[in-house]
Amino acid sequence: MEEAVRAQEAAMEIQDLNVWYGTAHAISNVTMPFREHQVTALIGPSGCGKSTLIRCLNRLNDLIDGARIEGRMCLYGQDLYDPNLDVSALRKRVGMVFQKPNPFPKSVYENVAYGLRVNGERSRRVIDEVVERSLKQAALWDEVRDRLHKNALGLSGGQQQRLCIARTLAVGPEVLLLDEPCSALDPIATGKIEELLYTLKARYTIVIVTHNMQQAARVSDVAGFLLMGELVEFDQTETMFTNPTDKRTEAYITGRFG
Amino acid sequence: MKDRLYTWLSGMMLGLSLIMIASLLGFILYMGLGAFWPRPLWQVEDGTGKVYLGVVQGREYMRDVGRGTWDVGSGFTRTFYRIADREFYGTDFVWLNDHEVIRRTKPKDAVVVERLEWGPFFGFIRGIETPEAKISDENRLLPQLHEEMRAARARAKKIRHIERHVIGKLNDAMERERLALRRNELRYGLGAQGMERVRAAHEEAMRRLEERYGKIAEELTVLRSQDEAYRVTLATVEGFKKELPISSIVRVHAPNSLSWFGRLGVYASRLKEFIFDEPREANSEGGVAPAIFGTVLMTLMMAVAVVPFGVLTALYLNEYAHKGPLVSAVRIAVNNLAGVPSIVFGVFGLGFFCYLVGGTLDRLLFAERLPTPTFGGGGILWASFTLALLTVPVVIVATEEALVAVPRSYREASLACGATRFQTIWRVVLPSALPGILTGMILAMARGAGEVAPLMITGVVKLAPELPFDLNFPFFHLERRFMHLGFHIYDVGFQSPNVEASKPMVFMTALLLVGIVLMLNWAAIVIRARLRTRFQGAQI
Ligand SMILES: Nc1ncnc2c1ncn2[C@@H]1O[C@H](COP(=O)(O)OP(=O)(O)OP(=O)(O)O)[C@@H](O)[C@H]1O
Ligand SMILES: [Mg+2]
Repeated sequence: MEEAVRAQEAAMEIQDLNVWYGTAHAISNVTMPFREHQVTALIGPSGCGKSTLIRCLNRLNDLIDGARIEGRMCLYGQDLYDPNLDVSALRKRVGMVFQKPNPFPKSVYENVAYGLRVNGERSRRVIDEVVERSLKQAALWDEVRDRLHKNALGLSGGQQQRLCIARTLAVGPEVLLLDEPCSALDPIATGKIEELLYTLKARYTIVIVTHNMQQAARVSDVAGFLLMGELVEFDQTETMFTNPTDKRTEAYITGRFG
Repeated sequence: MKDRLYTWLSGMMLGLSLIMIASLLGFILYMGLGAFWPRPLWQVEDGTGKVYLGVVQGREYMRDVGRGTWDVGSGFTRTFYRIADREFYGTDFVWLNDHEVIRRTKPKDAVVVERLEWGPFFGFIRGIETPEAKISDENRLLPQLHEEMRAARARAKKIRHIERHVIGKLNDAMERERLALRRNELRYGLGAQGMERVRAAHEEAMRRLEERYGKIAEELTVLRSQDEAYRVTLATVEGFKKELPISSIVRVHAPNSLSWFGRLGVYASRLKEFIFDEPREANSEGGVAPAIFGTVLMTLMMAVAVVPFGVLTALYLNEYAHKGPLVSAVRIAVNNLAGVPSIVFGVFGLGFFCYLVGGTLDRLLFAERLPTPTFGGGGILWASFTLALLTVPVVIVATEEALVAVPRSYREASLACGATRFQTIWRVVLPSALPGILTGMILAMARGAGEVAPLMITGVVKLAPELPFDLNFPFFHLERRFMHLGFHIYDVGFQSPNVEASKPMVFMTALLLVGIVLMLNWAAIVIRARLRTRFQGAQI
């Protein structure tokens, strides 16, 4: 089965990752690849380090005072912690959608255009085009087409989350990190986002954190189970959900703890 | 139970503060707004045969101390009259015991004459004399005087124009000539080659200017003597005569025969003079326009200086500096800066801005004017900077609070879109924090506009001959000293030779200062509300 996992090229890879918050050891010795055009799901009980792990992939943990990160991480072979690396350029390639919808207090249009604007894009035509395309990709276009210039905070929670996805897509990333994107959404919005992941998979490498086992089973190709900062099991989703190797994985998946 | 007690307690405290603020404002409003209302002139005779003509200023009850009793009935009342006519009585006010007064009337033809010198005159008009005619018909005197005053105002305007603008321009030109020569002397040395020629040219230019000056002075003398020929004769209630040129009268009215609308007219005219004209009579009369201008300009300049300074500091402390003992120490120091007595800031401003920075500027840029300082003394620029320094803690604290309140998720979202730290601050953090920053600016403006002590040593004067803005190049003269409403209150109320007479000015000026602070704040609040809807969205 390891063979099957390794079949495709890894877009991102982490080796021996250790993260400390002060003295608390949040991630210990995690090694895993994230393959191109696959959806990798990260599951595990609350506080096991899922968010910490994916925030390492676009170096957002840099912002946290007292966080210490060790280990090797790369994006298509390029070291993420290379001191010469342009972090903002990296973050353009590795987009992220957060657990809670966090649109800017600007118009819908400006939210999606934000990545382009900070990139120095000035052409109105290009921006219009990208905004429309991204909103369509995020399955939001029909709902907001006639309120593009209204404040984004007026959208519903599910619309806001899809707007955040559109905002991330507009930057044109190669890897998409999704931290529990559906935790605040109703089943219909969740269904829309899951559908979206199917279509996006063809173009992006996706890492998704979720607490919902059914969701993990539905959307992901491979899955990793984290427990107290350790990667307990990492395998094809189908295998993990039907025939887990580790007792703890089985217990978690079947809902006996966590 | 306890809970309710605390609610009551805090409610009561709020009520108490509101009552105190309201009564203070009410008192100022009452004292200030009533000051210009024309009140009746009483002709009062006491037993000794003396007659007074005056306006009632107050009344008090005197206990009869001689008999040593505490009975209410054993005392008497006395009244405080303003009698004006300072040149005859030497004082503006008298106390008259009410029981000694034998007659009290309101003569219909008694007039209040406000004039340029000697304060107001209470009395009667006896005659008008112009080159064309002599009028002494009693019924026609007042209307005729009003008419003559209109003509006199036109003459005075012409004279003032020449004094101010024509002569002002000439003086300016002479000063420029002198400075140009001095500059050349400084640059090339006194004995440099060709200096003779330069000096000769200078003298020639000066001679021409002097010539023009002479002509204008002559013209002025003629105009003045023509103006002097229009005269009015006044008499006090005791019959002393006083003759004065009509152009020296500012306003005249007969309060005892004025209709309600007439009074309103006098009130409006006084209010207009107060707001739009320059002070007269050691500031105790006339207007406060230069002080209004100085206060507003200084407050705006201060706001313009303090915001970038405070915001940049707060940004550094909050966004860039790594949290640690040093940052905490700086923060504590900033907070304590707000507790330093303002006069200390004044001393610092004088030493640092005026003497050090201004002195250096003078040596480098205005050497030809030395030893007269240009920027090396007090001035509106340095006063604004000093106040900016004084109020910068307010802006820093408010901005930091606003920055902390910007959700972390906004910053993360921005960074995750590939924005740099600076772009995140500029495009997301600052717009969200803007209302809070403006609140800081509003607080700073309110604090700064009412501050007087530091200004007294960094550029405020009781009477500034020139505004910091005029039509001579370069228009804004930020090195100039200026007038300020807060200082005006202090000066008029406590430093003037005739404190009692200038009391209305004090209250009106206080009212005006409060009004201006209110207006500046209101403007800032409106701007803040606009920005808030623009950056944060109204429909949440
Ligand atoms: N900024 C921080 N400072 C200190 N400790 C942190 C910080 N962020 C996370 N932690 C700790 O690191 C551990 C992992 O946290 P993390 O947020 O990665 O968990 P998670 O798996 O995403 O949980 P959840 O499913 O609830 O989101 C937790 O014990 C948490 O308390
Ligand atoms: Mg999490």
